[in-house]
Amino acid sequence: MTTTIKQLQQGLAEKQFSSVEITQDYLNKINQHNTDINCFISVTDELALQQAVVADIALAKGTGSVLTGIPIAHKDIFCTDGVKTSCASKMLDNFIAPYNATVIEKFNRSGTVMLGKTNMDEFAMGSSNENSYYGSVANPWDFSRVPGGSSGGSAAAVAARLAPGATGTDTGGSIRQPAALCGITGIKPTYGRVSRYGIVAFGSSLEQAGPFAHTAEDCALLLQSMSGFDPRDSTSVDQPVPNFSDNLNNDIAGLKIGLPKEFFADGLNPDVAKVIESAIAEFRKLGAEIVDISLPNMGLSIPVYYVVAPAECSSNLSRMDGVRFGHQCENPVDLEDLYKRSRSEGFGEEVKRRIMIGTYALSAGYYDAYYLKAQQLRRLIKQDYVKAFEQVDVILCPTTPEIAFKRGEKIGDPVSMYLQDIYTLSLNLAGLPGMSIPAGFSQSMPVGLQLIGNYFEESRILNAAHKFQQATDWHLQVPEVK
Amino acid sequence: MTLKIEEVRNIAHLARLQINDSDVEQYTNELSKILAVFEQMKTHDTTDILPMAHPMDATQRLRPDVVNETNQRDKFQAIAPDIEQFLYRVPKVIE
Repeated sequence: MTTTIKQLQQGLAEKQFSSVEITQDYLNKINQHNTDINCFISVTDELALQQAVVADIALAKGTGSVLTGIPIAHKDIFCTDGVKTSCASKMLDNFIAPYNATVIEKFNRSGTVMLGKTNMDEFAMGSSNENSYYGSVANPWDFSRVPGGSSGGSAAAVAARLAPGATGTDTGGSIRQPAALCGITGIKPTYGRVSRYGIVAFGSSLEQAGPFAHTAEDCALLLQSMSGFDPRDSTSVDQPVPNFSDNLNNDIAGLKIGLPKEFFADGLNPDVAKVIESAIAEFRKLGAEIVDISLPNMGLSIPVYYVVAPAECSSNLSRMDGVRFGHQCENPVDLEDLYKRSRSEGFGEEVKRRIMIGTYALSAGYYDAYYLKAQQLRRLIKQDYVKAFEQVDVILCPTTPEIAFKRGEKIGDPVSMYLQDIYTLSLNLAGLPGMSIPAGFSQSMPVGLQLIGNYFEESRILNAAHKFQQATDWHLQVPEVK
Repeated sequence: MTLKIEEVRNIAHLARLQINDSDVEQYTNELSKILAVFEQMKTHDTTDILPMAHPMDATQRLRPDVVNETNQRDKFQAIAPDIEQFLYRVPKVIE
């Protein structure tokens, strides 16, 4: 059965149950299933129950907020004061964060309860959650398949009903792709909407945090709590935050939805295409106007992204030097040996590959050919979207080219893994908001539909998603987790 | 674009990574495959296109030069691997 945050909120308000009771219930489920799914790196049960007690007092006094007492899980990329923040890396296996990320501060202030820290691809680099120091994560719909990545633990936890909501980060699709593969709802807001302060940095010009939940309605609630200008993050954008729940029920008759032909071309699995076509028919029934559009430079998003993201990663991860925090090698003979061995022992294979690619792209003699060129092409990709949004209100496409693949299937071939992000990367390059919602099934595995909005128009895609979810029940399907 | 083994060793050094001799060939192959994907970029003319470093083309925001954080040295050094008298200890740098 699916219990939404909205329903929990109502139950808490009507005193059908307490926060302590629901928190304990989720902790029991985590305890029962985490060994098989491996979606949590740390379960913070003691802290969760303490927070739940405090939440219950606030609820009794009537001083709570809409999220007070709601238990959620956080991706292990958000710094949590006094709690291990590993980023799924051996490098940070011993890292107890000395401060809270702004997102965590905001959730603490709104009275949510933290169930634990979820598994992920190391430093958020990956599309299958197989690049984790703590082992890979199972897709709750079929344990032999991947949950997607990099926020695979958060997506699997919500899909398996071990948490009603969770946080993630999305640098190239890391919220939308696992949401699609696990059959849940997830949104990446506009770049700059959510503070990056205290999120272990990977691709600074690309990444944004956002929520996972069962419904667009719940995502609106969680995103509300996360959003807002933060003077402590220099990439945070000072824009007013609307109430994301206000327009959920707006009629979408006349909404112009663009279908980019480049996202329905070769490479898209025909069964996934069929599911997306039925979803388009559903939007038509709701009165939306479907318009064919073109984003001619989308084919470039893979090379551009895999230059820009590794370049930024090689720079960001230079702080992991084995001196001030994190893993340090034993008996270094000199400073260079200390750096090199600490980093080589601490980082996994994919992280090392990306650091080297980024180092190469930024090195003397190659900067213009790779990094500068990629930044120029990045502008062309953005311009495609700017032009498209002169014509349409929302863009619709598949989230992924295929359903969740088998664990181990692509891990030996980095390039084929990178191709999984073909429909998601360009939004991060352009900085646009996007979300994935369940749209149906293929081979008994969930298929995700991506809705892309114009800058700072999260409300509009949440509205379209909510109306779709009012008319369908794909998002309420539950995997049988034994 | 195919990298040479020596180039990969140099990149690893620049990135302060130690690559074992037994792994260097695999890295060379994998990195070369990734660089081959980048070749697509060359087919597009980008003359006169301004590079884009930030999705909103924002510039670095500055804040007034006033103290707004307190010193938390003890807390931050509590997670350091090797500390002596409030200093981070590393192997001898100057002979």
